[in-house]
Amino acid sequence: MTKVGKYKFSAAVVAAGALLLSACGGSSNNATSASVDPNVDITTQKLVISNWAGYYPEDLPAKVKAAIGVDITITNHATNEEVMGKLTASDDSGVDIAFVSGQYAQALASAGKIVNFDKSAIPNLANLYPEVADLAYDKGTNYSAPYAWGTTGICYRSDLIDFTPDSWNDLLNPKDSVKGKTTMLATERWLALPAMKLLGYSMNTTNADEIAKAKEQLVKTKPTLLAYDDTAFYTKLVSGEAVLTEAWDGWCNYGIAENPNIKFVIPKEGSDLWADTMVVLSSSKNKEAAHAFINYILQPDVHAWVANNILYKVPNKAATESLDPALATSYPNMGLTPAELLKGEVVLDLGTDSKLYTDLATEVTSS
Amino acid sequence: MPKKINLSLIITLVVLVFLYLPIMTVVGLSFNTSSNSLIWKGFGFDWYQNIWTNEPIISSFQRTIFVALVTTFFSLLIGTTISIGLNKMKAGGFLRTFSTAPAIVPDLVLAIGLLTTFSTISLSLNLRTVIISHTVFCTAFVVAIVLARIGLMDPSIEEASTDLGAGPFKTLFKVTIPQLMPALIAGAVLSFTLSMDEFVIAFFTNGPETPTLPMVIYSMIRFGVTPEINVLGTLLLAISFVGVILAQRIGKVADSI
Amino acid sequence: MLFMSVLTAGRFGGVNTPINFDNFSRATDSIFVQVILNSLLIAGATAILSLLIGFPTALFISRLSRKWQIILIVAIILPYWTNFLVRTYAWLVLLNNEGIINKFLRNIGLIDKPIEMLYTSGAVIVGMTYLYLPLMILPIYAALEKIDKNLTEAAYDLGSSAWKSLRTVSIPLAMPGILIGLIFVFVPSLGNFVVPELLGGGKTVMIGNLVRDQFLKARDWPFGATFALILTLILVILISLQSYVSKRVNINA
Repeated sequence: MTKVGKYKFSAAVVAAGALLLSACGGSSNNATSASVDPNVDITTQKLVISNWAGYYPEDLPAKVKAAIGVDITITNHATNEEVMGKLTASDDSGVDIAFVSGQYAQALASAGKIVNFDKSAIPNLANLYPEVADLAYDKGTNYSAPYAWGTTGICYRSDLIDFTPDSWNDLLNPKDSVKGKTTMLATERWLALPAMKLLGYSMNTTNADEIAKAKEQLVKTKPTLLAYDDTAFYTKLVSGEAVLTEAWDGWCNYGIAENPNIKFVIPKEGSDLWADTMVVLSSSKNKEAAHAFINYILQPDVHAWVANNILYKVPNKAATESLDPALATSYPNMGLTPAELLKGEVVLDLGTDSKLYTDLATEVTSS
Repeated sequence: MPKKINLSLIITLVVLVFLYLPIMTVVGLSFNTSSNSLIWKGFGFDWYQNIWTNEPIISSFQRTIFVALVTTFFSLLIGTTISIGLNKMKAGGFLRTFSTAPAIVPDLVLAIGLLTTFSTISLSLNLRTVIISHTVFCTAFVVAIVLARIGLMDPSIEEASTDLGAGPFKTLFKVTIPQLMPALIAGAVLSFTLSMDEFVIAFFTNGPETPTLPMVIYSMIRFGVTPEINVLGTLLLAISFVGVILAQRIGKVADSI
Repeated sequence: MLFMSVLTAGRFGGVNTPINFDNFSRATDSIFVQVILNSLLIAGATAILSLLIGFPTALFISRLSRKWQIILIVAIILPYWTNFLVRTYAWLVLLNNEGIINKFLRNIGLIDKPIEMLYTSGAVIVGMTYLYLPLMILPIYAALEKIDKNLTEAAYDLGSSAWKSLRTVSIPLAMPGILIGLIFVFVPSLGNFVVPELLGGGKTVMIGNLVRDQFLKARDWPFGATFALILTLILVILISLQSYVSKRVNINA
């Protein structure tokens, strides 16, 4: 609990809502093209970077300065919605690079707010797992460079329950022994996820019937829950208030760090695949330095250092292979392979339909 | 007197326990050395030492004090001006109600009213917008307090001052303001405390880079029960206690002037 | 005069063009009506609970000597000057399944399984009562304190029982204070979103949570503003009611 600063406030984050931008639906790429001038002296440029609080090593600015000679200032945001508000409120937010989840990068691209990379300036993109280029929010990694990725599952106290959970059913229709001791994520898309998967639907569905069925299940689940919680569920696991929780993998690790009896499982019905990415704003006047910064992060030793620090998986093949195997022993979900992750469904921007999920969440939580 | 009193006595005692048990629990737990505040490990000041090195807490505390000071200054200035103005105009109930409205409307309504205004005029959210918002909020309280005091003042003293040849400014500074002093002090103390503790309005009208202390506390609480909050709560409690006692003393002194 | 413009311009301004009433019909969807009713219920329960424990306390204090009156009133106001997040947090510690109360009850052998107190509507009501109780006690005390002590004593001397003198003298005379206290507790409870979130575990949704979510998550400002307007309307109705009833009471008295 001493590391509050380390926790990423709204980890994997939300598609629903925030869609100031989504008038155009979501899939079209309207990103502007970046003109990177190789002759610019990047050490004369300064970068303003917006990242989640605690989602990067504290000495990152010093390291960047030493390595590529660029001064960076990191400002923190707590949620995707917050940084989206900032980026879309005016034409020039003053931010050069923003860290946002994949589906938000998609929304920013369709609004023409971010640039298509000049890939010649980011040769380290080649270090990424080739599968990354297939992620549906940005096929071909044209405008977003993935920083971390993961999935959602069940995080539980193996010493306090008498079975091994392996299904979303264990959470949604809990056995009597765990009733009143389970929590679910409160953020719309992840509130719906377990029900969608248990019923065999897509987590990106916009079918009214399917959403209604999921709602029915979630309303039935509500009385069995201790709480809806997407910030403190792992502390509830540590204190024993909760024994079984819906959790993002990286956050479960913070619980595991305090109590090794805490375990993580991806339910057999499947789950999601989310990615947090780095994007360069069209309004940036420091595009050369921005490209250099992204290239630096994607350097295997740097990206591995980040993973060790934030306990999230990085989609960087060379970096992941260089990680100490002990890390995956202590935190088994750090050892998930891309193949395992890719079984998850990629979270997509739903454009104006994301309202369906906002309404679903309101109806469930206030039922 | 009748046995009614006895029942009232019991309820009063229950109420006092009800009011003090929670905060005393926080105070007690702040001396817990354990990193999990629900498990008692031992008595110590570990977390008190810890808090001075907690950068987000310290810097947000400084910001909060800064906001409260600036807010107090402007609220006092604007609030007193409005009150004297309203009094001179012999303005009716409507204007008075209007001036004190922000003190009565729910803070949430005021917060989103301000937020939409800022966004309409494209003012970016940061400490400046918090100060403006808190000033709006606190000015209403200052007006309420100062108006009440003006009501008690004898207008003939001001008239006498003018009759004796004092200009309007001299009258204002030598006669009106000294007479208003107790109300001004009360208004200042109230504005400062209200601004320091205020969360809802700051939550809506502040930008993400410059959280105030209550905003930091809020995000800490959302992460569950932590020792830092126990310590912080105890310190804030101590500040409030000293503040209230100080305000009473000053109030008494000012009243006797 | 800054804030006047804020109140009028802010609430409807800018965002709401073209003007239409769709948001109001949306707000009457059964789900939102339910949230509003639920909020009224919780805020109402908070106000009633505060009155039930606040009135006897105010009565007791008003009958003490001047010195003790001041001491007790200060004692009741003091917690109110502590940061309200910290005060809410205190209940998180107390009511927790692994919290002080449950541990205590378990240690003395009264229970073997924790009683679920936190993350219920009950916790929300207790938490808000705790936050706003001083706002109930003070106006009632102020009203009671003004009552001529001889009046209640006279009623008593004339053979009224304690209960009867309370019912026929103290309560009617304290009525303006009671009404103000009810409003002072009801209004902030109705708009609160922090307590339902922290002590209700996200399972209790009130109008305040809807407004917050519409503004900060769904970014549907006009819809959020619609709820804020509903909140304000309820307030205006209550205050009009209060001044009407107060006047009636004064005339009758």
